[in-house]
Order: sequence, then structure tokens, then C-alpha cells
Amino acid sequence: MKIGDHNPFGFQVNYEKFFSKASKNEKDLQVKMRPSTSFMKDGVRAFVHNPIAMTCFIVLLIIVISIIIIPIFYPYSYDLQLGLATSDGSYNNLSPFEYGTTEQEIIASGGSVFPHIFGTDSLGRDYFIRVIYGARVSLAVGFFAAVIVLIIGTLYGSISGLIGGKVDMIMMRIVDVIYSLPDMLIIILLSVILRKTLPDLTGTPLENIGVGMISIFIVFALLYWVGMARLVRGQVLNIKQEDYILAARSIGAGNSFIIRKHLIPNCMSIIIISAALQIPSAIFTESFLSFMGLGVSLPMPSLGSLASDGLDSLTIYPWRLFVPAVAICLIVLCLNLLGDGLRDAFDPTLKD
Amino acid sequence: MRKDTLIYIGKRLILCFLTIIVVITATFFLMNAIPGGPFLSEKGTSQTILDNLNHKYGLDQPLFMQYINYLKSALIFDYGPSIKQKGKEVIDIILTAFKTSLPIGVIAGIMAIVFGTFFGSLAAVKHNKVIDRVIMVFSTASVAFPSFVIASVLLYVFCSKLGWFPANGITTEGDYSGYILPVITLSMYPTAYITRLTRSSTLDVLNSDYIRTAKAKGVSKPVILFKHALRNSLTPVITYAGPMFASIITGSLVVEQIFSIPGLGRVFIRAITGRDYPLIMGTTIFLTVLVIGMILICDILYKVVNPRVELE
Amino acid sequence: MSHLLEVTDLHTSFMIPAGEVKSVNGVSFNLDEKKILGIVGESGSGKSVTAYSIMQILSYPGKIVGGSIKYKGKELVGLPDKEMAKLRGNKISIIFQDPMTCLNPVYTIGNQLVEAIMIHQKADAKKGKKEIKKDKNGKVIKDKDIAKERAKHMLDLVGINDIDRRMKQYPFEFSGGMLQRIMIAMALVCEPDILIADEPTTALDVTIQAQILELLKSIQEKMGMAIIIITHDLGVVAQICDEVDVMYAGRIVEKGTVDEIFYNPQHEYTKGLLKSIPRLKNSTKLVPIEGNPVDVFALPKGCSFAPRCSECMEICLEKYPQMHSVNEIHETACFKFMQSLYEAKKISEKEFSDYLNKCESNEKAKTEGGKKHEKAK
Repeated sequence: MKIGDHNPFGFQVNYEKFFSKASKNEKDLQVKMRPSTSFMKDGVRAFVHNPIAMTCFIVLLIIVISIIIIPIFYPYSYDLQLGLATSDGSYNNLSPFEYGTTEQEIIASGGSVFPHIFGTDSLGRDYFIRVIYGARVSLAVGFFAAVIVLIIGTLYGSISGLIGGKVDMIMMRIVDVIYSLPDMLIIILLSVILRKTLPDLTGTPLENIGVGMISIFIVFALLYWVGMARLVRGQVLNIKQEDYILAARSIGAGNSFIIRKHLIPNCMSIIIISAALQIPSAIFTESFLSFMGLGVSLPMPSLGSLASDGLDSLTIYPWRLFVPAVAICLIVLCLNLLGDGLRDAFDPTLKD
Repeated sequence: MRKDTLIYIGKRLILCFLTIIVVITATFFLMNAIPGGPFLSEKGTSQTILDNLNHKYGLDQPLFMQYINYLKSALIFDYGPSIKQKGKEVIDIILTAFKTSLPIGVIAGIMAIVFGTFFGSLAAVKHNKVIDRVIMVFSTASVAFPSFVIASVLLYVFCSKLGWFPANGITTEGDYSGYILPVITLSMYPTAYITRLTRSSTLDVLNSDYIRTAKAKGVSKPVILFKHALRNSLTPVITYAGPMFASIITGSLVVEQIFSIPGLGRVFIRAITGRDYPLIMGTTIFLTVLVIGMILICDILYKVVNPRVELE
Repeated sequence: MSHLLEVTDLHTSFMIPAGEVKSVNGVSFNLDEKKILGIVGESGSGKSVTAYSIMQILSYPGKIVGGSIKYKGKELVGLPDKEMAKLRGNKISIIFQDPMTCLNPVYTIGNQLVEAIMIHQKADAKKGKKEIKKDKNGKVIKDKDIAKERAKHMLDLVGINDIDRRMKQYPFEFSGGMLQRIMIAMALVCEPDILIADEPTTALDVTIQAQILELLKSIQEKMGMAIIIITHDLGVVAQICDEVDVMYAGRIVEKGTVDEIFYNPQHEYTKGLLKSIPRLKNSTKLVPIEGNPVDVFALPKGCSFAPRCSECMEICLEKYPQMHSVNEIHETACFKFMQSLYEAKKISEKEFSDYLNKCESNEKAKTEGGKKHEKAK
């Protein structure tokens, strides 16, 4: 756009035009305001655009869906010892996709038998379904542990932070003492003792879960929440002295209002991220305990106990160890990466 | 400055002592919560023999007396005689086994610190380049693998398939090849953890204002890294050293079993399965004191290195 | 006439995933010896990035993408980092905004001061300038001791008391004002020709502000270096600067001596800044500048200030104005000003149309930045 290059009239005309005042509309057109988003929307968007986190999310979703759905129509149950009724030893220790004698007869006569995808274990139980149930146990433990930690830790930490003063000091000393205990040792100790002391559970709805699981839960409830409590307390202390709390109080806000409207939303992201990262840690612990025989009771399988059994026959049937091992690693890895992704997307303390 | 460091150390010592008392108490009462006492599983014992045994081990005294006695002796590391391993004092069993476990644990810990800080710093300095991504993938994956998985895989690959290392642990004196796989297994998780820790802390430090000042002063890049950055970025690693020690101990429980090493972890597991209560209690307290001591040393070291830290 | 520092058409951008952020979009100025230049602008106007570009301490992903910076005739853009490091802290120094975080917390301030000297002293020594000095007792004086003495002397100059004890203390044991003094000492300990002060008083109390500015002025008189002060506070400019450059959205919109800018502002933005200073005498309403600061991803096609300007014309929305002199010591970039020149017959039609043809629009910049920004949404 050249103004009046060789054209004196052109210059005058252009001059009139371009040197007239611009209207407000025209000015506003130049300004593009970026749409405002809420913290939640921003975080969700950041999370969704994170390829690793989304992949893990989808993988976990697939795992969860399969462990819920597969047992429904899978023909074998986890504690069914095939061949036990007929004392048929041919069902034991089958390799993947092998069949026992009666099954082979059925196939020979034209029928179809659902294949044993991972073979069977030393007692003739289908291994695939046992792995599925093992995954169920692991994920359930992880999830419930996270919930326990969440509730106890958040309550303890927020009360301690809110009240402050001497109460806070005592509560935190207790936390310090628990925190400095080597948790594995105590967990093992507690598991051993609880197995002995908890009443016999046959006949109650908790029978399937078994003493081992319950002792694990009790142990988590006693020891695992301290990290979360510390975190929440620290966050509450930080927020308590923020100016917007002071401002809220100065316009007459009471304690419960401040807790509801200010403290909880600001702690939310930290709590969720911390809880999310707690799940793989709990799964780790549970599989470790099961590996040492202190976890769920037989015949309910856990990925850890399956791995432990598989260790004995490592040289002959290596898949018996590797399948549950890979399952544990995959689940824990996905959860870890998911937690990292959540933290990258939602943690307000992380600067970009 | 020395004065408030001393106060800090004093406070921490008191806290440690308290924790140890709590542990001894908790262990004692837990053990005694088991119904029936330790001798019930012994076969063929008549009541008189049971009474004698109970008297010999002081188990017929009121509980509180037993507690006080135990507390007194535990504080001087006397845990009494073992019930299952006749004729041996618990503390002797522990120390013999510890002599085997200690070098493995210490080497694993040192390796973890050395390799972890090296790879973590490397990843931070070469941020977003290929080597950073590779290091991150390896460390993220390693953190997800339980030690028994790693141990089993190593056992399978290197012992049964390749036959490079003996599968049954420390056999002959002077043959250290049996140490290699356990050390590698034990050090994997801490190495990965320290790598991630060092990387994120070094990245934070490299973006800080005082590094910008150093650059603006004309300090050369290597000096910025080694003099200014490292000392700040490695302090979180010191804090982790204590919990790392604890995780090595728990890792050894499994590793010693898989590689058949006669160490303290295996003693502990066997004591549990064999219901040797004095041994269980003694081992728990011993290991706990070890961990707490390690954490205390690390806290003091941290305060010395970073003069601003105060006890909350 | 050669200047101490010549910045010509500097362009610095940050290449982030969402697009190219043009922080410095064509900045030119000169700095002469012993002069104090003030660069004034809002947050985000690109003033600090200009300073970092001169020192070449831009953090990733910042890059100088065009223009030249000449120090005593030597081109700095493209200079290898090793060469640049020799100049930093030695010939050109910088102090930053927040002194509390600018010193390494694990080393004493004595250590850090001595380091500032030793880096450049060693370089001198390598060139063969080292002499073995001996003190009264015939003992050889080490370089480090000389450096320590210099550091102490500098601390005294900036007004720190109890120097021997202070040298052994850590940064967290000092207040903000004292730390800024120490930063100044550290920056000047090698007697540079140029000191850049990036918002040196913003993080400090008002009373301390005045002290620090007085300190800067007195040191400048003693040591004779040139200073560039970067600030958003016109009060700071009024107190110690000789010349002022006013920046907006990565460009200089007006420059001149302090008197010219304060008493004869020509650009609407400068006028707005001056008008928005609250006055104590007449209790009139505060007059802010309308609108919001520029969105770096969507720079307007024409003059960056146009959408907020009360005198905005059609042409302002199409092209951005070039700098033109008001008088010998004053320049501005404004079409309204050019129009007033033309109407008062101070420039001919040809000069005016030549000027207008020289001006360009931001078209290319906008679409690229805008497109990438759209994708990111």
C-alpha cells in the first residue's frame, strides 16, 4: 500500500483516507483476546495433549475393562483344579495351548475346547484366568490403599495444619516417628502377627479376601498415610497465610466457608496427584508381600504370589514367572506415568 | 553458626531415641499379642517342660516386667538367646549374617549414588536431547520393576541360561562373582530414583537466578556446573540416602532369598516362618536402629552442607 | 562518532512450541561513555530481554534473530561464548531485579566476590601481565589475597559495614537492600565500562530504593562507567538518568533527553505514562492508559500501541511508524506526530510520502504468529 507515489491526487486522496481517525470498532478488531479458561479446563487440556499420559490411561482402561469382563465369560475359574475330580494328572503343568487328556478326546471327536492361553499350573488350574484374578487383586489393593491413604492422610494433615500450635506440633511429631520407621519391616511384622490374631473368617463375606489382604489393609491404614498427611499439612499451612484467606475473613467468612471454598479446592490437585502416585506404590508393596507369602490367602491368586510360585519352576516353565512379572511392571509403569502426567498438567507449583 | 547446628543435632538425637523406644515397645507388644506363646508349636512338649522353658526365658513374669527387662537389654543390643537356633545368642546370629549383607548393601548404595547422580546430571545438562530421553526412559522403567522381578530375570538369564554366575550365592571365600548379581539388583531401584531426583533438581538449579548471575559474571560453563550448580542440586540426594538405605534392606529380603545368600534378610525371613520370636524382635530392632541412624547422619550432613536448613 | 555501545535494529525472539514470540522487534540505541540511559516500559515490553541480549545470557529458547550489537566497535552478536565470557563481568556487567535469589546460597559472599575478580584476573595473568608482588615482610602476596583486598574495598565503596565479618557470611544473612549493594559491588569489582541495571530497585522498599539510586549515581561519578537502567518507574528515570528510551511491545517508541521526554512528550504512550503518575497536589482522578498490554502472539498489523491510542488513525492500523527526529535530542515514532509536522509545513509532501512508503506493516508477522497460536488452541 503505497501512498501517493507518483500521483499527487492519489496522495491527497489517500492522505484524507488514512489519516482520518479510526473508530473504536476498528481498533477492537485488532485486538484478539484469548479466551479465558478455568484451571480445570486448562489442566484437562494439558493432560489430553500429553501423549504418554493418554497412552497409559488407555492401556489402564483396557486392563481394567478386561479384568472386569473376561472372568464373566471365561470358561475356567481361578480355583478350579481341572482333573482333580477324575484324578487326571494330565492337566497339571500344561504349556500354553496344550490340552489335558479328556479335552484332547473332545477335540478329536469334533468338539471345541477353549484353549488354555497360558497353560495350567502345578495343580491343573488355568493360568490365564489366575493372572486375570491376580491383576484384579493387585488393582483392588492399590485402589483401596489409595482411598485409605487419601481419607486418613487428608483429614489428619488438614486438621493439624488448621489448628496449628501445640496440637500441630504433637501431631507432627507422631508423624515423624512413624515416618522414620522402615515400613517394610513393620509391614511384614504386622502381617505375620495379624494373620495369627485375626479371627477365622470362614463364613463371613470377607472370606474370599482372606486374612492376608485384610492385614495388608490394616497395615496401610496404620502406616501409609503419613506422607499424604505431611503434604496436606504443608499445603494448608501455606494457604492459611495467603492474603486471600485474610481477605475472606475480613469480609466475615467463617471457618467452614473458608475450608469449603478456599482450602479444599487449592489442595485438590496436590491430593489427587499424590493419591494417584500412591496406587503403584501400594501395588508394589502388595506384590512384594505376596511374593514372600504374606499377602492374600490361597487359593486367591495375587500377581506377587504367582510370581513367587513361578520362581520355583523358572528353568522349566519360565512364562509362569514372566507373565505375572510383566503384568505387575506394566500396571505400575502405566500408573507411574499417569501420575506424572497428572502432575505435569495439574500441579500449580510446577513452573513451565 | 555452630551453636544452632549443635541444637539441631541435639533435637534430632532426642527424636531418634524416642523412635527407637517406640519401635522396641511396639515390637515387644506385637510379639506378645500372638496367642499361645512361642513354644506351642514345639512337638512333644509336656507341661512341665513348657513351664521350664517359659521360666528359663522369663516368660512367666508379668508382662510389664518382661517389657522393662527387654527394654533394658535391647538398648545394649542384648536380645537374648534364640529360641529355634539352640545355643546361639540372637545378637551373634544377627552380626554373623550382617557381615555378609553389609558389603552387598554398601556397594549397592554407593553404586546407586555414583551412577544416579552422574546420569541425572548428564540428563539435565543435555535437557531434551536424545540422551536425556534415553536416560529418562530407562529410569522410569526401572522404578516400575519390583526387585524380585529384576532378581528373577537376572537369575534366569545369567545363571541358568548363560551360566556366568553361580546360582547359589556366596560359595567360596574370595569368590566374589556371587556378589555381582545381588548388588546389581539391589542398586537398580535406588539408581533410577536418584537419577530422576538429580535430574529434576539440577534442572531447577540450572534455571535459577544465581546461575544466571554466575553466567553474567563470566564464569565458564564447566565451572558453573561443577562449582555452582552441583552443590545445590545434590542436596536432595543426601536426604534420600536414608530412605535409600531402608529400601536396600527391604530389597535384600527378597534378593538374598532368590540368590541364596546367607545374609540378614534371609535370617529375618526364616525367623518369621520359623516363629523364632526373639530373633524376629532382635532383627527388627537392629535394622530399625540402623535405618534411623543412617537417616540421622544424613540429616546432619544436609545441615552442614546447606546452612539454611532448620528443624521445622 | 563511535559510541561505547551501538545497538542496531536488534531482533530477539523466543521460539516456543506455540509460535515465535518477538520480544525485541527492532530496537536501536547508542550509549556513550559516562552516560546514564534509562529504558522505560511495561512488563513484557522487551526491556529485560534487550539487556540479556546485550550480555548474551538469554535463556533457552531465546535467540537473537537479527540486528547488531557493537561494543567499542566489536560485534557481539555471533561471538563465541568463550569470548563473550571474557567480557561479562569484566567490561560489561549486569545486576538483576531480585537480589535475594541472585546469589548462590551455599557459598559466602566473600567467596563469590573473589570469584568475580579471579576469573578475569587469571585471564590477565595468562597474558603475561602477572608480577610477583611482595609485602612488607618479603612474603609473596598471592593473587587471591589481592582479590580479597579488592573485594573488601568494593564492599566499603557500596556502604557495607563490618566488612571482615560480612565477607564470611552467607546470602541469607543479609537484607534485600544490602544484597543489592553486594550485587553492585560484584558487578563493578572489575571496573567495567558498562553497567546494566535491570530493575534494580523494584524488589526493594521505597526508602532503600532511593539509597540504591544515590549509590549508583555516586559510584558512577567515581568510576566513570556508563549505565543502562531498565525500569518501569518514571520516578527512577527522573532521579538519575540523562537520556530515556521508551519501549512498547518490543520497539522503542520515543527517545530523548530526560527533560525533553518529561516536558515535551510526543508519543501518546509516553504522554499516557506521564499522565498516569498520581499527583499529590491536585486531587484529580487517576488517568490510566486504556486497554490491555499487547498479546505477544497476536501483534497488531500496524502500530502496536494503536488499539489503545486515543489519537489512533486508519493508517496506524495498517503500518507501524518509523522513528523520526523531533529535534536534535529527541526522536519519536508516531504517525500523529508526522501528521502534525506535515500540517505545520515543517516537512514537504515528498519527504512525508517517502517516510510513509518506508513504513511497513506487521502483516507477515501477524499471520505466522496468529496461525501457530490458532493451532495451539
